[in-house]
Amino acid sequence: MNLLVNGKRIQVPATVKTITDVKNHFNITNPVVIVEHNGEILDKAKHPEKEVADGDKIELVQFVGGG
Amino acid sequence: MHDRYSRQILFSGIGAEGQEKLENKHALIIGAGALGTGSAEILARAGVGELTIVDRDYVEWSNLQRQQLYTEADAEERMPKVIAAKKRLEEINSGITIHAHIIDVTPVELEQLIHGVDLILDATDNFDIRMIINDTSQKYSIPWIYGSCVGSYGISYTILPGVSPCLHCLMENIPIGGMTCDTLGVISPVVQLVIAHQTAEALKILTEKTDRLRQELISFDLWNNQQSTIQVRSLKQQQCKSCGDHANYPFLDYENTTKAEILCGRETVQIRPSSRETKDLETLAIKLKKLGKVKQNPYLLQFTIGDDRLVLFRDGRVLVHGTNDAARARSLYHRYLG
Repeated sequence: MNLLVNGKRIQVPATVKTITDVKNHFNITNPVVIVEHNGEILDKAKHPEKEVADGDKIELVQFVGGG
Repeated sequence: MHDRYSRQILFSGIGAEGQEKLENKHALIIGAGALGTGSAEILARAGVGELTIVDRDYVEWSNLQRQQLYTEADAEERMPKVIAAKKRLEEINSGITIHAHIIDVTPVELEQLIHGVDLILDATDNFDIRMIINDTSQKYSIPWIYGSCVGSYGISYTILPGVSPCLHCLMENIPIGGMTCDTLGVISPVVQLVIAHQTAEALKILTEKTDRLRQELISFDLWNNQQSTIQVRSLKQQQCKSCGDHANYPFLDYENTTKAEILCGRETVQIRPSSRETKDLETLAIKLKKLGKVKQNPYLLQFTIGDDRLVLFRDGRVLVHGTNDAARARSLYHRYLG
């Protein structure tokens, strides 16, 4: 399956089915991350159930502390 | 009369009128590390009339790779960052006023610092202080610009009180034990890109061209060639305690601040975080082992790096040994624990 993640076309394995799977695929353990799925910001509670499909546009923004 | 600002005045977005506005404005920069030194240099060169820079730390050799106002002599002499920064900035522009304060900023200090300030620029390294900045910004209606970077990743967001969702709306909880430049490293180009975003927004605010503000949360990874902008207007929460209808500014409350207490006669400072969450010492141990020596038992973790020794308890408390200086202890705490 192909996804457009943060402006970059990326191929993910078929085991990636939900937003949580996408986060796991990118090893995102940061608890503070905003996810936009096809132009809509998702409630964090919906990440485990929200399914992704071929061609979906996903933006993942992580809050980091350094400066 | 020099023509030092001529290229900026020629730029149609600013012009002579914008330049005059800049000369009558006051920006407060919190933190004089990588982001703070870069932003301060740009604003000083741009002719912002008054700059206040605050920081609690001194210059170290590991700063020189990216903290652009400092020299080898500053590191050698362990010069307080704001003193070294002020000296260099006055060489760059003698026509503006620069205030430097060597302090550890808590809500009390911030309330004293913000009088007459038109904009707060975030150049800090932790979310404890950012939530304090966020609440102060809302309480006194002063815009602020969040900026941060780690590794090759950077992020920035501009908050106009009464208009934008605030940082508390965007972040339901405060990350603790997160990624920092001292645990994951950082490359200078991403620092510069965050600075570029923060200072461009700063110039718009200081020249009163707020209609030109970005209004989006922007993030980028320069090593992995990714970038993202998200429109976050929908995240504004009416019930937000920092910016909602019944705001009570929880992060200005002493109970919710991270506290540092000097333990008499022990050359130790105890840091007590505001949240009472149980800490995952095992995950922390894996991260810290890459940097220094870690010793562990079921109740606590001891981390030694160079001359510094930190002992972490599961309830979140940290003992910083070898110092009686609360600011130094806080600095080490945020450096290694986020």
